[in-house]
Amino acid sequence: MNAGIDVKQIQRFGAFYIAGARIRSISKWKAIIAAVDIGNPLFYLISVGIGIGVLVQNHSGTSGTGGIKYIAFIAPALLANTAITGVMDECIFPTIEGFKWRKLFFAQNATPITGYQIATGVYIAAIARAIFSVSVYYILLLIFNVIDFGTSILLIPVAVFGGAAFGSVMLFFAAKIEKEDYFFNIIQRLVIMPMFLFSGTFFPLNSMPIFLQPIGWVSPLWHATELGRAVAFGYKGPSFLLIVHFLYLAIMIAVAFGLSLRQFERRLSK
Amino acid sequence: MSKPLISVRGLTKVFGDFTAVNGIDFDVAKGESFGLLGPNGAGKSTTMRILAATSTRTSGTVEILDKDPEKFGPLVRAHLGVVPQQDNLDGELTVSENLFIYGRYFGLSKKFIKGKIEELLEFAQLEEKRDVKVEALSGGMKRRLTIARGLVSEPDILLLDEPTTGLDPQARHILWDRLFRLKEQGVTLVLTTHFMDEAEQLCDRLVVMDKGSIMAEGSPSGLIKEYSSKEVLEVRFGSDRNKEVAPQLAQMCERMETLPDRVLMYTEDGEKLLEQIAAAKLHPTTSLVRRSSLEDVFLRLTGRTLIE
Repeated sequence: MNAGIDVKQIQRFGAFYIAGARIRSISKWKAIIAAVDIGNPLFYLISVGIGIGVLVQNHSGTSGTGGIKYIAFIAPALLANTAITGVMDECIFPTIEGFKWRKLFFAQNATPITGYQIATGVYIAAIARAIFSVSVYYILLLIFNVIDFGTSILLIPVAVFGGAAFGSVMLFFAAKIEKEDYFFNIIQRLVIMPMFLFSGTFFPLNSMPIFLQPIGWVSPLWHATELGRAVAFGYKGPSFLLIVHFLYLAIMIAVAFGLSLRQFERRLSK
Repeated sequence: MSKPLISVRGLTKVFGDFTAVNGIDFDVAKGESFGLLGPNGAGKSTTMRILAATSTRTSGTVEILDKDPEKFGPLVRAHLGVVPQQDNLDGELTVSENLFIYGRYFGLSKKFIKGKIEELLEFAQLEEKRDVKVEALSGGMKRRLTIARGLVSEPDILLLDEPTTGLDPQARHILWDRLFRLKEQGVTLVLTTHFMDEAEQLCDRLVVMDKGSIMAEGSPSGLIKEYSSKEVLEVRFGSDRNKEVAPQLAQMCERMETLPDRVLMYTEDGEKLLEQIAAAKLHPTTSLVRRSSLEDVFLRLTGRTLIE
């Protein structure tokens, strides 16, 4: 063998090679991604900022939103939601494509690259994509004067953290399911939509009846949103709750990503 | 003889209650072109995936370059080039990008890969397609690219699973030419096929597989000599009459196979046999004298044809 293959180096950087290839694929869609990443926030900022926001403000001022503008109140949730859908998209589609549609993972696994590295690479690229989308959104929030520059910059990592948590679960399911026919519809309509509406996104979670609140409690969106509000606007509640939010997301990643690693390896070596 | 590159003993793979590979043994020497010939479902692809260090075995031993592929997957795979049955190129990327990212998976330097790409594009006759998205390529081009991709790391062994299945005759011949060149360069080839002409063209040595077992092993010509006669006379009497005249025909030759559409008669001299048939006032609607092929070997060994 004279090509100069260094297996040690592959063991160290393999996941990044996969992530690099993923990012190369993703960037083929850069025009569409840019349109979505800029267009989507614009629609929200205009409709909610000018429409609903004014209505809420005229009705009850800022008493229900802890003394901040309505549009600023929902901004951390919008960022977290952007991260969640971003990581989710880049975990689900490449994974099903990799195992089933085009079997790219089997091609990658025919090299010294392992299943663990493929799973990790896909996940890294998905997170990178979310960092980009959330950063664009954050800049638009600054431009539209929704929030002030400062500790609010921490909204970016917090949102991405929430996205990574939800994405790790999606990574596992996408690797697990054999028949994806209804999968996207179910996720979109029965998970993403309710999560978006019932996670304290548009109003504080505790203003909902108690029997609806558990939807928020299990939702990574709520935990990321609450953490985001704390870092951006200062926190008024008990500090242990912040630790709970953090731990909830961290444990979600540890468990779901761990299961994903195992599932990738298993499915590739069947 | 030096130590074989691949050594397989008692290899068995069971999926649930189905035994895909049932205790097979073979060796592949350096520089050899080795084939697994058999119909669909014979266990060829399963064997290939185990050789490619991407699938586990149920029992038996496998050594590739002195290493167990199950224990040293990445290390073994670093020496292999794999061409799977189904092209799994990245359709969104261009021809040269596909080669580039694949080279990166072997940890090769960008400089090395860039030089290699030129060489491989020429080999695969895809120089003009270098910046074309893979989606837009024909089936034959995709196959050639997949083979080129398998060569990016200068592997010691190239594994090809059904390399020409699904290609038109012209594309197959181009591909055979390319593979023949590799063989001449001394690359060790292991390939599966259910085309006997492919096996005859490309393999120095092969095993005939059926239902997970090896039925016979040898060179294409050696197998034909051992399991078949020199020539074959194919006669057709029409689907109903084939069976009717079969007993009469059977007395005229060493061995005979009655297929639904034709009768195969094994003999040393086909023309002479045909004269005999005519003398017996049996008038076949069509007749053909040909040399024995691996298809006949397979038929003899299993009582079935390769492509069903």
